[in-house]
Amino acid sequence: MTIQLSRRDFLKSAAASTVVLVVGLNSKGLLAAGQPDMVINPFVRIDQDGFITVIAKHFEMGQGTTTGLTTLVAEELDADWQTVKVDFAPANAAKYKNLFWGVQGTGGSTAIANSFMQYRTAGAAARELLVRAAAEHWGVDAADITLSNGILAAGSKQGHFGEFVADAARLIPSDNPVLKSPDQFKLIGKRALPRKDSQSKTDGSAIFAIDVAIPGMVYAAIQRSPRFGGKVTSFDSSAAEKLSGFIDAKALPNQAGVVVYAKNTWAAFQARDAIRTEWDNTTAESRSNADMLESLRQLTTNPEYEALSVKRDQAQASITAAAKTVEAEFVFPFLAHAPMEPLNCVIEPTENGVRFHDGCQAPSAVQGNVAHVLGLQTEQVEINTVYAGGSFGRRSTTTSDYQVEAAHAFALLGKKTPVKLVWSREDDIRGGYYRPMTVHSAKIGLDDSGKILGWDHRVATKPIMKGGPWESYAVKDGVDRTSVEGCADTLYQVPEFAVSLGDFKSTIPVLWWRSVGHSHTAYAMESLLDMIAHETQQDPVDMRIGMLDPSDDKQRRMAGVIEAARDLSEWKKGDRRGFAAHFSFNTWVAVVADVSVNGNQVHVDKLYIAVDCGIAVNPDVIKAQMEGGAGYGLGAVLRNEITFTDGEVEQSNFPDYEPLRITDMPAIEVVIVASAEAPSGVGEPATPPTGPAVANAIFAKTGKRITQLPMSKSGLQFV
Amino acid sequence: MLFNLNINGQARSVEVEAGTPLLWVIRDELKLTGTKFGCGVASCGACTVHLNGSPILSCSFPIDSAAGNNITTIEGLQGEVAETVQLAWREKDVVQCGYCQSGQIMSAVDLLTRNSSPSDSDIDSAMSGNACRCATYVRIRDAIKLASQKLEA
Repeated sequence: MTIQLSRRDFLKSAAASTVVLVVGLNSKGLLAAGQPDMVINPFVRIDQDGFITVIAKHFEMGQGTTTGLTTLVAEELDADWQTVKVDFAPANAAKYKNLFWGVQGTGGSTAIANSFMQYRTAGAAARELLVRAAAEHWGVDAADITLSNGILAAGSKQGHFGEFVADAARLIPSDNPVLKSPDQFKLIGKRALPRKDSQSKTDGSAIFAIDVAIPGMVYAAIQRSPRFGGKVTSFDSSAAEKLSGFIDAKALPNQAGVVVYAKNTWAAFQARDAIRTEWDNTTAESRSNADMLESLRQLTTNPEYEALSVKRDQAQASITAAAKTVEAEFVFPFLAHAPMEPLNCVIEPTENGVRFHDGCQAPSAVQGNVAHVLGLQTEQVEINTVYAGGSFGRRSTTTSDYQVEAAHAFALLGKKTPVKLVWSREDDIRGGYYRPMTVHSAKIGLDDSGKILGWDHRVATKPIMKGGPWESYAVKDGVDRTSVEGCADTLYQVPEFAVSLGDFKSTIPVLWWRSVGHSHTAYAMESLLDMIAHETQQDPVDMRIGMLDPSDDKQRRMAGVIEAARDLSEWKKGDRRGFAAHFSFNTWVAVVADVSVNGNQVHVDKLYIAVDCGIAVNPDVIKAQMEGGAGYGLGAVLRNEITFTDGEVEQSNFPDYEPLRITDMPAIEVVIVASAEAPSGVGEPATPPTGPAVANAIFAKTGKRITQLPMSKSGLQFV
Repeated sequence: MLFNLNINGQARSVEVEAGTPLLWVIRDELKLTGTKFGCGVASCGACTVHLNGSPILSCSFPIDSAAGNNITTIEGLQGEVAETVQLAWREKDVVQCGYCQSGQIMSAVDLLTRNSSPSDSDIDSAMSGNACRCATYVRIRDAIKLASQKLEA
């Protein structure tokens, strides 16, 4: 296991009026056990009826975190799955931080990985207290007590958890509760547990932020600059004022837009569209797509930064001596995340601050950014986390963009009226924070036998982390790791491999988009490997396995998923199918794609996906993430792009940013490689290898190598 | 303007501007929030409700045309087909973020009401107007097939 908690101190408390057992741990060991008046970091609550509540420190954007965290607690508690419910934790980084980050937030496919020991330990601590309480009550040895489905039993005596909550709350917990060994697992990896959010999301009762209504609340929409970086110089609201439901319109204090208040969402959108604004575009992005592409290409001619110890000159020298070369340039467009629920949140006043209702992905960032805007302390910013209708990264920005907009709107109105800020789909598609447009340019030298002699790989993109709070963590020697991840750190053995990087500059805000840098690097790397295999007449699967050193753990596991996908798909040498594999977020995924081609019409028929994500906590959730991650990647590579004319986004809504439809969705078969290693992420890793697997399949069928995305630009029609 | 609606079997009156999309009346006025806003241009299906038993996209359907008709939202779904579809959705654990699923279910209930044994292409054509950014389509297909089996049994 890679996750070690330095010390485990357990505390519990009993509230004065109703007895509830609350169990948590202090991973820093700052507080000693046995101070029942101090409730810290509570993850598990059990009431006198035996109902268990797991407090989820991660939000739920669909990836199954609530089910996963609940599984970890229920496993160690031997709870009855039906009696376990889940609540979202409040914003409190000290208690609910992501252990990989030190602040509270969800992303990077870390939810289960960072919580695996923490939530199991919380469950085990609760179990130990209940068992000791029952042992005392019954006058039996604790070792003689068994737990199953929420029932404690010893001989003829039995009782449910709730019966021992009062006694358990009086006990001092031990420092190190005993965790189950993997062979004792009854839930983890063993069977498909129904998702905790399945019922409410199929009867319409699940609450998302857009569903929250507060008495007296007004609705707000914002007219933002059509060009990124444009500033309001003046606006005319006379047409909006004539509309029913219009309340007021005010320029945002940073002049980034005009906020329009109304009595309902429809009126807010109508009134917003009726505002006429003059913009100062002096510092705004005003280039068109072709100009930006030219700038990116220019950056690859002499990139400023070197990511690896082998420098470009050295790789070039090796290539010069090569018998043959493989060369390619790849162009990746800007991409919007376009979660189904457009961005929105509700802000309301509290006695000493504000409360947000938000599908909140990054509570610590929101607290800090909003406190700064409103002149509050961070703890005065409460967050009621509700379900998020998708995110794919969009709900987490270092600037807390939409929550800060809501805070400004709230402040401009006098800080007394609750405000619901709603983005339209047009706002979402045109609102920035895109996966950055990126160019890769690579030249690879091969000897007569097909062996790689040198690889000169250049990337040009706008860095995501530079200039932000994660810069010191992600940027070294000028190289933003997220610009080259999945390329510079490839697991394949590549001799004389140089990766250099040029930073694209623009006011267009960019962001992590499901799988971040891997969303383009995997496509380039896995296409290039396919080109090498074709050029040297090697089987693409065998060639990849041959480039991995089995004595290295990560490379061995890469070979493992490659073999698993090969076997699942019954891949044979000479098959006209596509293959790709990629390592991201500590998870290995290999994909075989089958496509059918009829003239210029292409359909993706089936994907075979093998994944190694360590211990599979919820196999069915993992399978769902492979399906969804692959579908998300597929939709983007087939048809999606954000493009610009004179700095203005050309797309506006789903008709021209067409989501993957059920008619596009291939059949998917998934195999999870058995593993006893620590669990790793599953939300993102299926996205990167899917695009190149499909591209390689199209090449195998048509001889057409698609290097500019989306694929729909290549003359192919996806049916 | 005052409009009289029959929604989920109940008579309701609402005072809204003429031309207001039915979606916003359902959500903001009647506080039935199971029906979702996704695009506002009849392109994603998140706002699907039934009008006299047939699916419509409420984001682009003016209240003026809805008045006087029977409207059913996810909250008012009932009957064997609806129950079977919802149970199949749970059995297959279709949902991820869940935001589009009310609309998906409304479309699936309509499909299986018209055709209890749909082919793959029947499913594709009935469901192609309902977008799911989580790409839960594999399970949507599976759940519709499971519901079909149960309804046929």
